[in-house]
Amino acid sequence: MKALVAVKRVIDYNVKIRVKQDNSGVEKENVKMSMNPFDEIAVEEAIRLKEKNLIDEIVVVSIGSDNVQETIRSALAMGADRGILVKTDNELEPLAIAKILKYFVEKEESDITILGKQAIDDDYNQTGQILGGLLNYPQATFASKVIKEDNAMLVTREIDGGLETLKINLPCIITTDLRLNEPRYASLPNIMKAKSKPIDIIELKELNLEITNRLEILEVKAPPERGGSVKMLDNYSELIDVLKNKEGIL
Amino acid sequence: MSCLVIAELENGTPNRPSLAAISASLELESTIDLLVFNPDKIDEIKKIKNVKKIYSFKNKIDNLVAEDLVNCLKQIAANYKYIIAPSGTFSKNFIPRLAANLDLQPVTDIIKIHDKNTFDRPIYAGNAIATVRSHDKTIMLTVRGTAFQPFAQDGGSAEVELLPDLLEGNHSKFINKEITKSERPELSSAKIIVSGGRGVGSKDNFKIIEELADKLNAAIGASRAAVDAGYISNDYQVGQTGKVVAPELYIAVGISGAIQHLAGMKDSKVIVAINKDEDAPIFQVADYGLVGDLFTTIPEITKEI
Ligand SMILES: Cc1cc2nc3c(=O)[nH]c(=O)nc-3n(C[C@H](O)[C@H](O)[C@H](O)COP(=O)(O)OP(=O)(O)OC[C@H]3O[C@@H](n4cnc5c(N)ncnc54)[C@H](O)[C@@H]3O)c2cc1C
Repeated sequence: MKALVAVKRVIDYNVKIRVKQDNSGVEKENVKMSMNPFDEIAVEEAIRLKEKNLIDEIVVVSIGSDNVQETIRSALAMGADRGILVKTDNELEPLAIAKILKYFVEKEESDITILGKQAIDDDYNQTGQILGGLLNYPQATFASKVIKEDNAMLVTREIDGGLETLKINLPCIITTDLRLNEPRYASLPNIMKAKSKPIDIIELKELNLEITNRLEILEVKAPPERGGSVKMLDNYSELIDVLKNKEGIL
Repeated sequence: MSCLVIAELENGTPNRPSLAAISASLELESTIDLLVFNPDKIDEIKKIKNVKKIYSFKNKIDNLVAEDLVNCLKQIAANYKYIIAPSGTFSKNFIPRLAANLDLQPVTDIIKIHDKNTFDRPIYAGNAIATVRSHDKTIMLTVRGTAFQPFAQDGGSAEVELLPDLLEGNHSKFINKEITKSERPELSSAKIIVSGGRGVGSKDNFKIIEELADKLNAAIGASRAAVDAGYISNDYQVGQTGKVVAPELYIAVGISGAIQHLAGMKDSKVIVAINKDEDAPIFQVADYGLVGDLFTTIPEITKEI
């Protein structure tokens, strides 16, 4: 059994985002980059399945420019077995990314394909579901618990009203939510070991896929600021008073 | 060619986020078609103004899996110029899968419509707003409920088409559901939300939040840290990866104000922060701040109101 995990390099979640002066995007120069936190959870889940001997190999795929190798290396240092970098300098949309991933899911014959539920940069929350649709594989999104049962996966999902459990046959697509697990830190020996794990580097155009972006980003702006500044109050009576008499809410 | 809105229902009629999606849709087209999964109150739904046609099913459909839903929708959806749903975990689950079947790239979570194919959507947890133009032949959108007014005009008389029940596929099966039952208002439609964070300290202590919420007839919210620690269940999480809310009053109690949390509540009309740390970042977005221990302050407020 094989697991394929898709990872994305994004601006670290602790960085304060700044919009570029010319409104063409956000500032990425000299900004700390990390693996998308949901993808770390995806890598961790694959490793846990491997530790339970439920799968034999974990392949990590990432799409982007050369520096994405760093992100793949972090996944290898956590415990993935090998990496694939699909090289392109274009920023691709979820549909395009899913078409590339479909190619590798089929080529690698992945049984369990795990993705983060969303990337914290574009916040789309689409790629896993699109991939499920393209492959016509069953999907379980926003997973908070994953159990293997016979030849299927029992997945608990976070939904609007609470939790839902699905049973999906293999091969399948799973997307991770925050509470699925807590990703491990790579140990120093494992970081060293990861340096010799293989990463295949493939130019996107070599794959001969029909891929075009459908959306055009016209502009990226800073959000409107909240007007005014905070009024600090001395005690709870003042608070009740402003909410009642000034804001007219209570 | 027109616009299909896939609505979610609450007590049989479109919920607030769906009514917001209808408002957004009517900025794009003068009439819309509506798809709902429960025909029980269809006579009421028919009255919504500018709805031409309602698709539903003979029997109420519960516990849908995305695979079956998409198989049913892909034929219907192919005839539309717009396919629109409210943002939420329900639509996030199937809209992209439907898009894959139609070879479309959805624009999710829109907060503003510029013209027929240009929309604003927040990125980076709302720290930037992207204006995007879609070049797809059919435009799939999900609409952020807090960004549009719920549609409230009636006087319509839509025709109804009942679809055959969904066929169940055999690769994905619904097993069970644990739905949080609550007498309190829904997070997405509440006028007031009292939200608790890690500072609340335990599941038992969360009663302090509940008591204040009940006094105010408010919904309860929580930070990720409070949910992770098990003080309250996942569906109360507000933020980048939880629910996005914009009530008239949001009271953040023992919440530090991480950007991922702010992403879910900073459009609230009035924000009150109660925190013992005067430097907590939550005070930077709050309208009113109170520095103090929540264990004394909150019960005092509950008593006084
Ligand atoms: C990918 C990703 C997605 C995320 N998505 C979300 C999301 O959707 N929603 C979300 O909320 N977070 C999210 N987070 C987590 C976020 O970064 C913060 O960790 C989280 O919001 C912190 O929750 P908190 O404010 O309750 O806890 P803390 O940051 O620990 O703050 C606790 C606060 O309580 C105060 N306090 C303690 N005791 C008292 C007392 N007795 N009286 C008064 N005040 C007290 C403290 O001063 C402190 O300010 C996400 C993180 C990541 C990486």
